[in-house]
Amino acid sequence: MTSASPSLAPVPSLGGEPSALAEITQETLALTRRLFVQLARRPSTLVAGVLQPLIWLVLFGALFANAPEGLLPGGISYGRFLGAGVIVFTAFSAALNAGLPVMFDREFGFLNRLLVAPLRSRSSIVFASVLYITSLSLVQSLAIMATAALLGYGWPGGVGLLLVLVTLLLLVFAVTALSLGLAFALPGHIELIAVIFVANLPLLFASTALAPISFMPPWLGWLAALNPLTFAIEPIRAAYAGSFHLTDVVLVAPYGSLNAATCLAILAGLAAGLFLLIRPMLDRKLT
Amino acid sequence: MIELQHLSKRFGGRKVEPVQALDDLSLSVPAGSLYGLLGPNGAGKTTALRILCTLLAPDAGQVQVGGVDALAEPRTVRRLLGYVAQEVAIDKILSGRELLHLQADLHHMGAADRLARTAELIELLAMEDWIDRRCGSYSGGMRRRLDLAAGLLHRPRVLVLDEPTVGLDIESRATIWQVLQQLRDQGTTVLLSSHYLEEVDALADRLAIIDGGRVIAEGTPAALKGALGGDRVTLRVREFSDEQEASQVRDLLAACHGVRQVVVNRSQGYSLNLVVEDSGVVETLRHQLAEAQLPVFALAQSRPSLDDVYLQATGRTLSDAELSVAGRRDLKEERKQSMR
Repeated sequence: MTSASPSLAPVPSLGGEPSALAEITQETLALTRRLFVQLARRPSTLVAGVLQPLIWLVLFGALFANAPEGLLPGGISYGRFLGAGVIVFTAFSAALNAGLPVMFDREFGFLNRLLVAPLRSRSSIVFASVLYITSLSLVQSLAIMATAALLGYGWPGGVGLLLVLVTLLLLVFAVTALSLGLAFALPGHIELIAVIFVANLPLLFASTALAPISFMPPWLGWLAALNPLTFAIEPIRAAYAGSFHLTDVVLVAPYGSLNAATCLAILAGLAAGLFLLIRPMLDRKLT
Repeated sequence: MIELQHLSKRFGGRKVEPVQALDDLSLSVPAGSLYGLLGPNGAGKTTALRILCTLLAPDAGQVQVGGVDALAEPRTVRRLLGYVAQEVAIDKILSGRELLHLQADLHHMGAADRLARTAELIELLAMEDWIDRRCGSYSGGMRRRLDLAAGLLHRPRVLVLDEPTVGLDIESRATIWQVLQQLRDQGTTVLLSSHYLEEVDALADRLAIIDGGRVIAEGTPAALKGALGGDRVTLRVREFSDEQEASQVRDLLAACHGVRQVVVNRSQGYSLNLVVEDSGVVETLRHQLAEAQLPVFALAQSRPSLDDVYLQATGRTLSDAELSVAGRRDLKEERKQSMR
């Protein structure tokens, strides 16, 4: 027991604040660090997160291994077709679950600690989750790509890797924002898990992850052509198919053909839109 | 330093019966004082503190901290305040030190300051032995000390604590009391809520008694008790009496010289609470009861306590209020309200 520090010691001055960017960076990094420390001390999440998509890839790839040659557009094998779908679906699932830790923080009262702190922007909570999930997804994606390469499904190459990074970042940002919005809007984790459960697999099946639009009945083709997952899957798939340009048509949808740049622009628009939509929820002082 | 003016807050409405948690509550806490909010569970203490700490918006009313309007400039107020919540919120996976570092970053402290300040608080709250263990292994007292350290990290001018010593071991409680007094002596304004009478009596420079979402008495402990005057006598003619007998005894004793007031306390087996002029009156009471051939099971005399202040203002003791409120509370609903 020594003397308490004097409370009259300088309180952060109220005028002349340090730069917003520096403060937001400090908050975001601190919150991100917390997520990584949790991961490091509970590595089962990471192990399961890496294994699960590999099981998808191996089993699903095997399931359709004997599909007739030339069935798929461009005559690629099913395994090669599937890789992009598994990468995107894995990142999507992780991002969709991003709200869960925040929901538990809410339920355990830890979120109050963040809310009574003078955060420069509560968007830091979103940024931290995006950084964390994107990093996690990259690790998962590298494992998927390496496994796919070993199985003889090909390798996207240097530009392809960059494209995978950008695409996943956009998708993860959008879905994480959505998930965090739900974590603030729904009453508890039971409801959040229910929503995640209901959204997860249907969005997978109503996308081009497992089959091309040309295989689908028209109504499902429309759904798949509007599904954000499709806009992430197709550019990555194109990168897997070989030489790749942003202006190449990657998606032939019922409403027209889209090139890779348009797909990425749609994802970026979605991410920005969802982020703006949930910001009032983060900043809402009260219910 | 803290001004709460005409705060009102109502919870529920659609599915649950609405609860008026705060009903025109006003409070003024002088700078540099240790101020107690005393009241039974469910009186509105936590709601008032949550509004003060910008976690909850009032339906009506004003909140100022150090002259800053908390509703208009919540972020400025958050920098002035340290808040130690009732339910200790820590991350089980992090160590105590990691939690303090996280807290420091959330308050935008510099790296050097963060290290120095963390070390200072670890020493102040005697946390050296366990600060690097994971929080999940901490006892209630350790968690509370860590939480207090987190609240103090950024050197707040105002420290707000919600029931800081509930369920604590004696050592942790003594440590926390000592730290709070030191802080006050060094100029920090400390506002704490409690439903422990003796805690508020021993610690607080001033206090407000809250009941039903309003302030029903306010002042220094000495002034509040002194204003009541007289001595307190608790009388039971038998262990469990009935209403008729209690009324009979009340009428008999109310007529005695030196008896100012007689209240029948239904919830305590129809015991009688008397306010008397001086100690000699007790003998008179014994004499009167003997003459009326009434037995005496218990007869105790005391100086007025804060409980008497509460009793005087509400007609019931604090512990009775706790019991009656406990039955009416919807803890699930309250938990929901505390979630954001």
